[in-house]
Amino acid sequence: MSVAKPLPHDAAKLHVTGNARYIDDIPTPANALHLAFGMSEIARGSYTMNLDAVRAAPGVVAVLTADDLPFANDVSPSVHDEPLLATGAVHYLGQPLFLVVADSHLNARKAARLGTVNYTEETPILTIDQALAANSRFEDGPVIWKKGDVDSALSNAPHQLHGSITMGGQEHFYLEGQAALAFPQEGGDMIVHSSTQHPTEIQHKVAEALGVPMHAVRVEVRRMGGGFGGKESQGNALAVACAVAAQTLGRPCKMRYDRDDDMMITGKRHDFRIDYVAGYDDTGKLSGVDFTQATRCGWAQDLSLPVADRAMLHADNAYNLPAVRITSHRLKTNTQSATAYRGFGGPQGVLGIERVMDHIASDLGIDPALVRQRNYYAEADRRVDLDPPTPQTTPYHMPVTDFILNEMTERLIETSDYKNRRETIAEWNADQPILKKGIAISPVKFGISFTLSHLNQAGALVHVYQDGSVHMNHGGTEMGQGLFQKIAQVAASRFGIDVSAVKITATDTGKVPNTSATAASSGSDLNGMAVANACDTIRDRIAACLAELHQSRTEDVLFEDGQVTVADETMSFAQAAMTAYQNRVSLSATGFYKTPGLAWDRTKGTGTPFFYFAQGAAVTEVVIDTLTGENRILRTDILHDAGASLNPALDIGQVEGGYVQGAGWLTTEELVWDDKGRLRTHAPSTYKIPACSDRPDVFNVALWDEPNPAQTIYRSKAVGEPPFMLGISAFLALSDAVGACGPNYADLQAPATAEEILNAIHRARG
Amino acid sequence: MDVTFLLNGETVQVDAEPTQTLLDWLRVERGLCGTKEGCNEGDCGACSVLVRDDTGDKALNACILFMPQLHGKSVRTVEGISGPNGELHPVQEAMITHHGSQCGFCTPGFIASMAAGHSHGRTDHDDVLAGNLCRCTGYAPIIRAAKAAETAKVPAWLNDDLPAVSPTVYAPQNLEELATWYAANPDATLIAGATDVGLWVTKQLRELPKVAFLNRCAELRETTIGSDDIHIGAAVTMTETLALARVHHPHWAEMIRRYGSEQVRNAATIGGNIANGSPIGDNPPALIVIGATLHLRHGNTERQMPIEDFFIAYGKQHRTPGELVTGVTIPKSTPDLRCYKISKRFDQDISAVCGCFNVTVSDGAVVDARIAFGGMAGIPHRATAVETALIGQPWNSTTVAQAAAKFGDDYTPMSDMRASAAYRLQIAQNLLHRYFADRTGQATNVLKVTA
Repeated sequence: MSVAKPLPHDAAKLHVTGNARYIDDIPTPANALHLAFGMSEIARGSYTMNLDAVRAAPGVVAVLTADDLPFANDVSPSVHDEPLLATGAVHYLGQPLFLVVADSHLNARKAARLGTVNYTEETPILTIDQALAANSRFEDGPVIWKKGDVDSALSNAPHQLHGSITMGGQEHFYLEGQAALAFPQEGGDMIVHSSTQHPTEIQHKVAEALGVPMHAVRVEVRRMGGGFGGKESQGNALAVACAVAAQTLGRPCKMRYDRDDDMMITGKRHDFRIDYVAGYDDTGKLSGVDFTQATRCGWAQDLSLPVADRAMLHADNAYNLPAVRITSHRLKTNTQSATAYRGFGGPQGVLGIERVMDHIASDLGIDPALVRQRNYYAEADRRVDLDPPTPQTTPYHMPVTDFILNEMTERLIETSDYKNRRETIAEWNADQPILKKGIAISPVKFGISFTLSHLNQAGALVHVYQDGSVHMNHGGTEMGQGLFQKIAQVAASRFGIDVSAVKITATDTGKVPNTSATAASSGSDLNGMAVANACDTIRDRIAACLAELHQSRTEDVLFEDGQVTVADETMSFAQAAMTAYQNRVSLSATGFYKTPGLAWDRTKGTGTPFFYFAQGAAVTEVVIDTLTGENRILRTDILHDAGASLNPALDIGQVEGGYVQGAGWLTTEELVWDDKGRLRTHAPSTYKIPACSDRPDVFNVALWDEPNPAQTIYRSKAVGEPPFMLGISAFLALSDAVGACGPNYADLQAPATAEEILNAIHRARG
Repeated sequence: MDVTFLLNGETVQVDAEPTQTLLDWLRVERGLCGTKEGCNEGDCGACSVLVRDDTGDKALNACILFMPQLHGKSVRTVEGISGPNGELHPVQEAMITHHGSQCGFCTPGFIASMAAGHSHGRTDHDDVLAGNLCRCTGYAPIIRAAKAAETAKVPAWLNDDLPAVSPTVYAPQNLEELATWYAANPDATLIAGATDVGLWVTKQLRELPKVAFLNRCAELRETTIGSDDIHIGAAVTMTETLALARVHHPHWAEMIRRYGSEQVRNAATIGGNIANGSPIGDNPPALIVIGATLHLRHGNTERQMPIEDFFIAYGKQHRTPGELVTGVTIPKSTPDLRCYKISKRFDQDISAVCGCFNVTVSDGAVVDARIAFGGMAGIPHRATAVETALIGQPWNSTTVAQAAAKFGDDYTPMSDMRASAAYRLQIAQNLLHRYFADRTGQATNVLKVTA
């Protein structure tokens, strides 16, 4: 069977030869036009514009303002609060004010800087504290979810501590910037190529902007050059701009953001401040935690509510919290509209409780690994046929029945030699006046499913041609994660053929409609099942046809190793397909899947939002320089749960990449806004994602290769987001190293830049 | 202007605008879209191409490479790194086998850098690839691929013979011609590696009506090693400077190893890093404490000065209009030199602070001290108060602590997105402590620690 094989990415050869085509590589007709936005130079206020110089600039064909838009002026994925072009008021520095259409990308960019804009500035709301003081927020007040009586739990606890951790946002830094290309068609129809994780959303927003039904718009996505959540909603503006300009001018229109524009305009990961009060006993076991989460959502709502929800949903991470209260403030600020980013709030929630674990361990002088293990959920029996005895519940009252981190942690502690290394590090630190090492373990338990339950559906379209070749299509998008290959492996396995017989095709709203974003790590789970269902339909039709011809039973027809066996005859899959065709059997089918068993009441904060939990754990060792705060990751050991992996090579790729990206978030990746609300880190010269030498010197990654008790596709587990949170172990290891510098709790804040580490060392020393 | 070079083995002649970038030309004019634009400023490496010139094969960032810089050279894009019949280069093969691509957008740039490193038998992959950002893989599989390809042969199809070309007016062939032209055209922009000027064009969208390219001016590219000193021509690249420094000034070399990236060092020149007068250029503080002499020329008039005198104030240098920097002379050895580059990320990052130290100790006492910093003021300059506090004192931790307290007299740094003023000042002080510890044999370098 082709599932479980470590096959390379389906496009690997295209990648390495430069033949993989991205939006900006699609050949365009000579009359194609190029777009750029003129952007606001202030964070908040009103303005008037004179665009004569823009219109007169070389190569400019048209300049559009909000008044020129024929229909909806909105690119919001949620509540219609995000105009494509500003309408007299600006809400952040970088907001698009007008749209330049020119004969070249360069001419469009040049002209976009020539607008004369007179601003009337208002005082922007930029920080969490400013927003709280101004009561500037989405939703009426904070969202509060509770389990148990946290106030008594805290007051009755033998020990209590409180603290606060801030964590910065994160720029996605997909290597391919946002891009879209629209081709106007006859009768007002539009074809849009978009670098998007959500083709249906693009179709929807373009249709609204053009004043046409969704059937008049077809969106195609072959691949993205990275997404990470940054292309779930942030591509809307470019696609809509291209479509509107293309319709207005009757010419193909392309838009791609220059990197600096991309970083100034688009949303990033939500930054958070999490305040906590924890009650616990002498062993470090928690009796209650009170979390207050505050996040800057930026100027528009976008996806901030479900992001903030997911931060609350992961406030427990892997730990049983007998009593808990989580208060969540979703603050409206005059900054880029924060958006989806790998983990979708989960990493922020997880970092909150991991900080609590460390703080308790420091307070009691216990190994933080022990404190974590003592607070883990109880191991549930992994056999699906047994009722677990009264399972523990999450803060949102969902029984935890598939917890495996006790066992995983034990194994990782052993394979990473954690205990010995911890001792060796303590000895090393005692000898070193300037350099200090640190080590930490952190787990992740990540809930799999969209928390907006209706999104947990997927469709597929599969054709088998008479030569036995297979055309596969589904609603998922490829952004590098290897989704297409994994699902091709599923399709090949259903037909018992080699994966090379399966043609992977671009995501296309004309083939599979009403798709959900490829997000929430759900791509393989949802689309894999939908494709399997479509394949099974065709396979069963072929089997029925052959069974009838051979006087056999349908269920006795075997599909394996590229061959089909019926009664005593064995034929190639191609022959079987030809036979079915000649017997007038339909060899095309759709497939559909919806995740079972979800029931979630977001208002009350109770229910079963997740199908299952993906889990993992990491041990990271670091070294810091106490004179400068410079630091390095020396070694990382990871044990990650991908269920029965569909493709171990691709899954390990997600784990390695997710870890490094997570570590980057908490170390070198610092977003800096000045007091005018201008983002000062808007290019890779100033915003530093991990470079090659920043990966761990020693990097051991293993998969916990046990089948998912939940009935997922071949019992695999989602793997896109969960490993991101393993990067938290790097931050905790830095905190451990800082802790070796003095008697006080290090209180390290994120991102732990060299400067922050030096500051934390001073705090540790007192 | 006419530019002649080899593109994937075939001679091309192009009438290009002087500041047209190779990347735009490849993608827009030639429809060769394998080479990607990731940042358009030379910081991500997605646009890397393999370039051969008379010094060999190297990776360069095509986004900030102007067409005239290619005159007489050979360019291989990712499409031409594969063989003429679709054969894969060993690094391409290894990247597939070792799962080195995910989204694939950075991959062509990685392939170019890996092929360049491979052609030189390089095994310092972290340095070879420091200028290529990947957001998907975490780099581990890419390094596995690079290692796996180490022993494979360089494919024969990459062995391009450089085309013979005629001189062009924009690229003077000798110093006299250049100096005369520049004296007559003092408003012109001189372009060496274009790692800075490139951004004027791609990011500031500036027009540069009058330019001259220095890369064909032979004298400026020369290095002369004398009995006591070394002369480095202004157009010597930082890659060549690194090789030289590794022999004579290993601590400067270690800083240069982290200066820009492989692609940037392959283009950037030592003269450019000095002449642009940036307060955060990394070479000036090193050259100041090394005791370099700067050479300038205006028409036929030559003069020289201690390099520290060149920097007058932010944006202002001791250089008359039409006068050009021709080179630097440095002593052959500075055993007590240490250069400390502090940045958010180790590789390819602009320094928050770059501190360079050269303290001479004799019989337990400080007899001379040269300390200079970049990133602490509008220009790179010496910490004279600290130096004064050191000279004549016993070389011990008490002296160091007393001297370190004087940094506030020498510098009033500013806060920006790289670091706060307080951190910068603290670091300056701490780096003197590091220097003392380093000189006395203590472990101070996190890059040398293993798990």
